[in-house]
Amino acid sequence: MTINPDLQGRSYPAAEVYDVGREKIREFARAVKAAHPAHFDVEAASALGHADLVAPPTFAIIIAQRADAQLIEDPEAGIDFSRVVHADQRFTHHRPILAGDRLVAELHVDGVRAMGGGAMITTRSEIFALGADDSREPVTTTTSSILVRGEGQ
Amino acid sequence: MSLNIHDLSAGQEIGSRTIEVTRTDLVKYAGASGDFNPIHWNEAFATSVELPGVIAHGMFTMGSAVQLVTDWAGDPAAVVDFQTRFTKPVLVADTTGTPEAGATIEVSGIIGKLDAEANTARVDLTVMAAGQKVLMKAQAVVRLS
Repeated sequence: MTINPDLQGRSYPAAEVYDVGREKIREFARAVKAAHPAHFDVEAASALGHADLVAPPTFAIIIAQRADAQLIEDPEAGIDFSRVVHADQRFTHHRPILAGDRLVAELHVDGVRAMGGGAMITTRSEIFALGADDSREPVTTTTSSILVRGEGQ
Repeated sequence: MSLNIHDLSAGQEIGSRTIEVTRTDLVKYAGASGDFNPIHWNEAFATSVELPGVIAHGMFTMGSAVQLVTDWAGDPAAVVDFQTRFTKPVLVADTTGTPEAGATIEVSGIIGKLDAEANTARVDLTVMAAGQKVLMKAQAVVRLS
């Protein structure tokens, strides 16, 4: 199996909307053992100037990995998910993710590099919050590299 | 709490944190994140793909390590950038039914760099498990007040 080199430069447009709920923020915060009150208590978040609960710094991975799934499940990509290793990850927050946000992600394939019998694939998700008039406000940019191990790697 | 750049200096320690991890924690993280890759919860599957056993999600390690920074900053929204490379897997032993942890992650942080123009501090995290660095270049940029 080989990774399709033509993937580089490919984009996948924003698909489904992700509605950020308070209980999801609390669940994710507990799952990463985060105890900051701004993840759990609306008044504590409000005291820091936030309109609602604040998501932990890596919460956007939920939305980014949903976007990545479009690429990984694309039969044209040639990616065997069972051979995927997460190599690096970055989050750049243009503003915090808050409960009540309606988020969409655009996926960009920024790099495809052959490595041994496998490949290193770098993707970027541009995450936007939808406004009432369907305007888009930049919220978070995530970049991630995955190593697809070749045979014997 | 508010952090002022004039009170900070590069090389200053921001503290440390110990995170105990069990297989149950990995199941919770799988559910919370939507990452159900069986290498994070099924021993037979993990060993069949040449891993030594069940390993933590890299994103569990990254996500739990940053709490040291969030607590220091006083506001999770102050963490404006956070990145890492995943270098070694965190092997989590099956201690189900006992009070023992399956793995222990040690996190410590120092101020790597101050940027007066942007009014930010870069915190460099050292994240260890079983005597090995499991994250490399784990850096969080904190907006100061």
